[in-house]
Amino acid sequence: MLAFILRRLAQSIVVMLVVALISFMLFRYVGDPIANLVGQESRISDIEELRQRLGLNDPFYVQFARFIANAVQGEFGISYRLQQPVTELIVSRLPATIELAFASAMIALVFGVVLGVFTALRPKTFATGVIMTLSLVGVSLPTFLIGIGLIYIFAVELQWLPSFGRGQVTDLGWWRTGLLSESGRRSLILPAITLSLFQLTLIMRLVRAEMLEVLRQDYIRFARARGLSKRAINFGHALKNTMVPVITITGLQLGSVIAFSIVTETVFQWPGVGSLFINSVQVVDVPVMAAYLMFIAFVFVVINLIVDILYYAVDPRLRVHGIGAGK
Amino acid sequence: MRKLLLTASVIALGAVVTPASAETVRWARASDALTLDPHSQNQGVTHNFNHHIYETLLNRDVEGNLIPRLATEWYIKADDPTVWVFKLREGVKFHGGQDFTAEDVVFSLNRARSDKSNMRQLHADVADVIAVDDLTVEVKMSGPSPLYPNNITNTFIMDKGWSEEHDVVEVQDFGAGEDNYAVRNANGTGPYVLQSRQPDDRSVLAWFDGHWDEKPAVTEIIYLPIKEAATRVAALLSGEVDIVQDVPVQDIERLSSTAGVKVETGPENRIIYFGYKFGDAPLKSSNVTDKNPFNDAKVREAIELAVDREAIKRVVMRGQSVPAGVATPPFVNGWTPELDAFPAPDVAKAKALLAEAGYPDGFTVTLDTPNDRYVNDEAISQAIVGMLGQIGIKVTLASRPIAQHSPIILNSDTDFYLLGWGVPTFDSAYIFNDLVHTKDGKYGAYNVGLYSNPELDAKIQSLGTEVDLDKRNATIGEIWKVVKEDRVLLPIHNQVLAYAMKDNINLAVHPENQPLLNTVTYGE
Repeated sequence: MLAFILRRLAQSIVVMLVVALISFMLFRYVGDPIANLVGQESRISDIEELRQRLGLNDPFYVQFARFIANAVQGEFGISYRLQQPVTELIVSRLPATIELAFASAMIALVFGVVLGVFTALRPKTFATGVIMTLSLVGVSLPTFLIGIGLIYIFAVELQWLPSFGRGQVTDLGWWRTGLLSESGRRSLILPAITLSLFQLTLIMRLVRAEMLEVLRQDYIRFARARGLSKRAINFGHALKNTMVPVITITGLQLGSVIAFSIVTETVFQWPGVGSLFINSVQVVDVPVMAAYLMFIAFVFVVINLIVDILYYAVDPRLRVHGIGAGK
Repeated sequence: MRKLLLTASVIALGAVVTPASAETVRWARASDALTLDPHSQNQGVTHNFNHHIYETLLNRDVEGNLIPRLATEWYIKADDPTVWVFKLREGVKFHGGQDFTAEDVVFSLNRARSDKSNMRQLHADVADVIAVDDLTVEVKMSGPSPLYPNNITNTFIMDKGWSEEHDVVEVQDFGAGEDNYAVRNANGTGPYVLQSRQPDDRSVLAWFDGHWDEKPAVTEIIYLPIKEAATRVAALLSGEVDIVQDVPVQDIERLSSTAGVKVETGPENRIIYFGYKFGDAPLKSSNVTDKNPFNDAKVREAIELAVDREAIKRVVMRGQSVPAGVATPPFVNGWTPELDAFPAPDVAKAKALLAEAGYPDGFTVTLDTPNDRYVNDEAISQAIVGMLGQIGIKVTLASRPIAQHSPIILNSDTDFYLLGWGVPTFDSAYIFNDLVHTKDGKYGAYNVGLYSNPELDAKIQSLGTEVDLDKRNATIGEIWKVVKEDRVLLPIHNQVLAYAMKDNINLAVHPENQPLLNTVTYGE
């Protein structure tokens, strides 16, 4: 077990190094950070001097090596744009993104499962047709449009919910939460729905397909033959057996929800790491971009590691294979 | 009945707790200030925010005139044309309670012209700053500098003692990974005190009751950067913000017709223009490989005749621009209506001129344009592609974000480009120095087309030290005449700024896009 984890950790470090390397190769094509750092009064000699000072004249592999050397010591530099330490910026933005990601994952899970079960149990009703059609819309409409649409309906026209920001946040010292105030909770609703819509339809379709599959199984027929109540069959037996793949997918998707909340955060001016990244890309804030990409790689690596460990613990066949490979 | 009474008393209570004299304004912009350190970045949004916390010696009003702020008087010393004297306002306090004195001004000007400051170019001609007494400062220039006061409208004054106490005497060197107290904390003399700040999210400012000026109508400002234009406009429509400073042109009309909302528009001090490569060397992006078509005056005239500025205003800018015939905004010293006149488009004549120049079938060229810097920048360039296509010049459009466009501009690595130019000194010399003078040392940094005219260069240099203003203005006129005749640049229009706000708020558009919210008034 320990050897397995260590091996996976070693692989993870390689993954993160590769991510960093590719990022640095690409940064040169994003543009020139200096353009956004100096006013139009600056002389070319000043610009050259600043470029030298920031080490932007070095070839990318030198910049990369310097970045890795600093990153190993936990030092990610200072943001060019906001002039604050990058680690601090990301840590201060993280709570917003995590709250949003978990809220939308919860919405996706609850509604996805409920609607999935409903459409599986009543496959031929009108309501199912409507839900299935709407789910297609949910998958195919860009997040940006959904967000703007929700803002116009619920914030501008009906004026029920705020259109942007996080509302009133409470500072717990190490975590700024919006969940403790009413305006904070209200602010969470629209972005969380927007972000969850894609996952929701995914989970719903998955549950429905699995459920339809399971309902055809012999043990369900036997359960029916035994005269068990519908509720016991549908929820106690059928749903239970569909949940294994659903939980796996939801877990894995949590990583992408955190990573791809960029668009939703931008539309709703949600002050999380995604909007920090977008603002940084626009002005080529290399230290923030590099640290963010490393962070996202880290999130994926950790989630995958946990999933692997869980599989390892749950599935005895993997263990046999692991010992065999370890020989 | 009882319920009714209760409702009435609640209403009465509401009226009591919100007196008209204490108003909070929620102010939304597209982006946040980058830093609170007043000398670290030379950037409009940052200056605009900091103007509320810090103050400058002089400022610009909404007409573009210089007005006193921390300095009450300023003049050239009688017996020495190289010295500017500033008389300071009495009884001014910093937010921390410190007295404002000449020492603070000396300290701040020196900090602003130090190596790591991005404001240093504006103070490049300063040789020394001396505190004569508590309320008089003399700035010694390296030569006569009649326009130095124009350069200091964004140079903020910090407290010397506070800066020393918090170790921020030097501007932050973020390249070296240094953190700096002044980036996140401020101690100015301005009308508002910083209460809290989360970058990219919200900042709260409250009125400073020790401020030297009258109490403003707005006593609290909540500053909300909202990056997405549609969200920003929605926030105003839903009543969650009171003022939106960056209104997209396509929303102006709709907002103006919305009840409860009004839009103020006014010209910005920024000219949008096209430039092209001069010199004999062939263009790198053209099918004409033995010479440079742009170097031919007839070709430049043909291009100007092909461009329909009014159509760009109408179609691309939806009426929100001021077409221009000269590469300077009307606010700037040296602008005249005669210079600003431009010819009506004449495609037939343009074609004839091209044929005369030896290009009856036109030629090809690549146009480099930014797509996220100026209002509808890419769309303007697309319009030009179509207009030049009518006379046979086939233009390929290369559109990039400003972060990629800037290096091309600074390295003169383009044949044909779009750029905008703001004129913070409100004087033509600022334009000539960077756009017209031969690219050489401290001159011509943005002379992307490498235009070179030694006669003009000499005149331009003379402007820097000429103290006789009439003579100086005559020279400016002569230079503009040549620049216009030579078609050194192809001016298109001046940008128009639009602020949208609740209709009981009065806030005029500031030509530098730096409105001060302590000037807001309420009522019809």
